[in-house]
Amino acid sequence: VTAAAEPQPLPRRRVSLLSRAWAFVRRHTLTVFGLLALAYLMLPIVIVIVFSFNNPAGRFNYTWEGFTTEHWTNPFGPPFLGDSVATSIKVAVLATVVSVILGTLVAMALVRYHFRGRGATNLLIFVPLTAPEIVLGASLLALFLNLGTALGFWTIVIAHIMFCISFVVVTVRARLVGFDRHVEEAAMDLGANEYVTFFKITLPLIAPGILAGALLAFSLSIDDFVITNFNAGTTETFPLYVWSQAQRGVPAEVNVIGTMIFGVAVLLMLLNVILSYRRNPKGAA
Amino acid sequence: MSFLHRHRWLTPYLLLAPGVAFLILFFVVPLYYLSYTSLQEGTVQVGYTFTWAWDNYSKAFSDYEEQFLRSLEYAGIATVAALLISYPLTYWIAFRGGRWKNLLLLFIIAPFFVTYLIRTLAWQNILADDSFVVNALQFVGLVADDGRVLATSTAVIAGITYNFLPFMALPLYVSLEQIDKSLIEAAKDLYASSTKAFLRVTLPLSAPGVIAGTLLTFIPAAGDFINAELLGTPNQAMIGNVIQSKFLEITDYGQAAALSVILMAVILVLIVIYTRVLGTERMAG
Repeated sequence: VTAAAEPQPLPRRRVSLLSRAWAFVRRHTLTVFGLLALAYLMLPIVIVIVFSFNNPAGRFNYTWEGFTTEHWTNPFGPPFLGDSVATSIKVAVLATVVSVILGTLVAMALVRYHFRGRGATNLLIFVPLTAPEIVLGASLLALFLNLGTALGFWTIVIAHIMFCISFVVVTVRARLVGFDRHVEEAAMDLGANEYVTFFKITLPLIAPGILAGALLAFSLSIDDFVITNFNAGTTETFPLYVWSQAQRGVPAEVNVIGTMIFGVAVLLMLLNVILSYRRNPKGAA
Repeated sequence: MSFLHRHRWLTPYLLLAPGVAFLILFFVVPLYYLSYTSLQEGTVQVGYTFTWAWDNYSKAFSDYEEQFLRSLEYAGIATVAALLISYPLTYWIAFRGGRWKNLLLLFIIAPFFVTYLIRTLAWQNILADDSFVVNALQFVGLVADDGRVLATSTAVIAGITYNFLPFMALPLYVSLEQIDKSLIEAAKDLYASSTKAFLRVTLPLSAPGVIAGTLLTFIPAAGDFINAELLGTPNQAMIGNVIQSKFLEITDYGQAAALSVILMAVILVLIVIYTRVLGTERMAG
């Protein structure tokens, strides 16, 4: 502040300018780096969306050839694409419902009761989360091969339930840990029996956790390629369809469906962020 | 109801039973069948018989040592790269994010909302020979003028880094976010420089996030085959490529299972060593 008012020799001024520039860079490098990293994370997503409007000359949707909304008007046009998306949704719904029920029950047992075998149960939940997907897929295939089970829709559903359960347990458990059990005791004191208490008090309070678990299970299921690839037989889910087309050139409609899935997921997450801001305006979730 | 009242100790086991039974049937038992298959001999035509074929293991080592080492190398480099990108990024969000934290976090998980295969295919576009990114890299001199990125190990490692980066960033963010900011202020009050405060306070406190993040990134990366398949050539084949082609294309089940068992074992050993080394170091420090 005083540097401008007092006449000063030139070299000293240059030093202060340099050090101020250095201070500016130091203060903002982190921000610049953060923004660059976010841009890096967004780049492939932008490419997916942009190329859903591309008008490719040949089979390969690599280079930008011109704008068209043609793929958006009939996204399920290419043969087998619509069927594979329908299969993926059916598998995801079944896997979500079953894994959420099984996982929520396990989470309740783990949080609320002390029992023999608790450590072993925790281990059983934890290990599938850390095993490489290819080992999970290969070992299930080994089971089905040895038992002579025909691969297809139901083996995919079984595989998906298997890898979703642990994620549901972890998500619901996180919600249950902060649960105030006095509310339940109050309901019981006021004459509610255990079932009424569960459905009127417990379930609504842990519903956000269950919903988060369900969303996670659904998105994991709809996205899974590796484990499905091992246990699908001739049944084709959406990721398997993309894989089978990858060598021949993926049709631009795949980008359209990828964009749709992305859009739905972002909407749901934004809703969640907005709700958490409403509950706690300071921004701590 | 009255039965349950009399036998309250049964409740946790009843809650656990369905989920735990499912995981035992379709996670634990398959691992047994995977080891069982790994000691079988035969072909699809004549069938497979269990013969204690340890040969599968010795051959797996001698024939595919290269792919094993490459998997560990690629996964290691990708893990370090993901850490170097994620640490400043999550530090920025945790300490400077303010009320935008949740929204910025959404950017980190956004890649998960685009189907894995589709976002990897987007990297094909980004790294293709005449793409703007490759042109820019050539301009800066990081890539030779006639050089390419797609179909090299750089492309495969870049793809792995991108695809598993959220696994690194999320646990890092959680541990950075939990750090009590007044500890850092206290260090500075006691005349620690910013660098020293970071090295002696922030970094050690974020160690659990670093450990969890590196494990969660390295494990799936070492078993991955999608990036090598879509962004590389057979010269970049990882152990996952070998396992999946032996199971699904060549139907050499015995050796495929042996390779999967080895992969699982190598990863388990690395996890144990890693947590031991870091654990004792932290106790010493």
